[in-house]
Amino acid sequence: MVRKCVLCDERRAVLRRPKTHQQVCKDCFFAAFEDEVHRTIIDNRLFKRGDRVAIGASGGKDSTVLAYIMKLLNDRHGYGLDLFLLSIDEGITGYRDDSLETVKRNEEQYGIPLKIVSYKELYGWTMDEIVREIGRKNNCTFCGVFRRQALDRGAAALRATKMVTGHNADDVAETVLLNILRGDIARLSRCAAISTGDDGALPRSKPFKYTYEKEIVMYAYFKKLDYFSTECIYSPNAYRGFAREYVKDLEAIRPQAILDIIRSAEEFRFSLTAKMPEQGTCERCGYISSQRWCKACVLLEGLNKGLPQLGVSKSRGSAKAPSASSRTPIFLA
Amino acid sequence: MVEINLEFSGGLELLFGDVKQHKVQVPAKDGAIQVLISDLLVWIRGNLLKERPEMFLKGDSVRPGILVLINDCDWELCGRLASPVEDGDTVVFISTLHGG
Repeated sequence: MVRKCVLCDERRAVLRRPKTHQQVCKDCFFAAFEDEVHRTIIDNRLFKRGDRVAIGASGGKDSTVLAYIMKLLNDRHGYGLDLFLLSIDEGITGYRDDSLETVKRNEEQYGIPLKIVSYKELYGWTMDEIVREIGRKNNCTFCGVFRRQALDRGAAALRATKMVTGHNADDVAETVLLNILRGDIARLSRCAAISTGDDGALPRSKPFKYTYEKEIVMYAYFKKLDYFSTECIYSPNAYRGFAREYVKDLEAIRPQAILDIIRSAEEFRFSLTAKMPEQGTCERCGYISSQRWCKACVLLEGLNKGLPQLGVSKSRGSAKAPSASSRTPIFLA
Repeated sequence: MVEINLEFSGGLELLFGDVKQHKVQVPAKDGAIQVLISDLLVWIRGNLLKERPEMFLKGDSVRPGILVLINDCDWELCGRLASPVEDGDTVVFISTLHGG
């Protein structure tokens, strides 16, 4: 049985949109998908003419589709943006080295210049070396903290004025739930914002905030985009995995749940008496930090002193600054 | 017996010996005329899946977050588990669960 597209009433429908339940053909899907991302960009004033935009690119599905669509919309609607691909080499053999090959192909396919910054050059350690030192237990903490800073350092080297990441609606819903489960009020209050950076950091935004993961993958599939998909060899991150699975189960029953979680989080109002960390700068490297030392410097100090448990203890928010430093990260900015 | 082209991607190929494309012969259930996607899943589990079945299946269906396309059409449009598959059809499974 061939069903027709409800939008053009002409061509064969190829997918059911999770957001609207409409059955649409390939061409109408492409048009709707691209137009919705364009609307998100315009309605939220994510960019201004002349912005230099660093696209956080991992070679995975989300960032590959993001790079493709940023290029397409910039050309189609004349945003006047200079685009760059920015990739982080964490130094994970058999994972990141392969995905970086994908990003290098994307550089040629889309004609967007690529910059790669590595943990090794920034921090003196690759993730492989860190895991050898600390084992597989807390390695995601190191990687996450280091990546966030590495992206900012790379963007500064590109003289970028904005950064975009490929986080999609499913990712945001998952993060909202995680922050509730952890009671992390500070993160909960900002994780559903489409852009951040009011605190002096480089403005970051998520043009796919309202875009379903299903549609991103379908778009990549029908457009035959070249992306890389292998799980990080070190990633157990069981707690996030649980939230992820829960979101997917909800979506299977009622796709709207994903957008509803995001909408709920957008409408949260936080008590003025809730304890929020104050933003300052790290005494050692100058990165934004709510403590004397930023998390990356604390973790790095632990690594360099052979005390890798430093900064990964359960008592979040009480990172102490150790005294002397053996190695300060070399920053590009 | 129907001959079906199977494709696994988005990381799912790792559960199938790192092979993305498979051409397989799938028998209909006893007494049935057609092969349904539900039969295909049972067959894949018994004959093709090499490891960690929980990464591919949940209950009697695919794990939520895995997309299924029959001849390049979202299976949600053709009856999901009850969709018939015919000789020469291509069924694609794509995981969306990997990082991006």
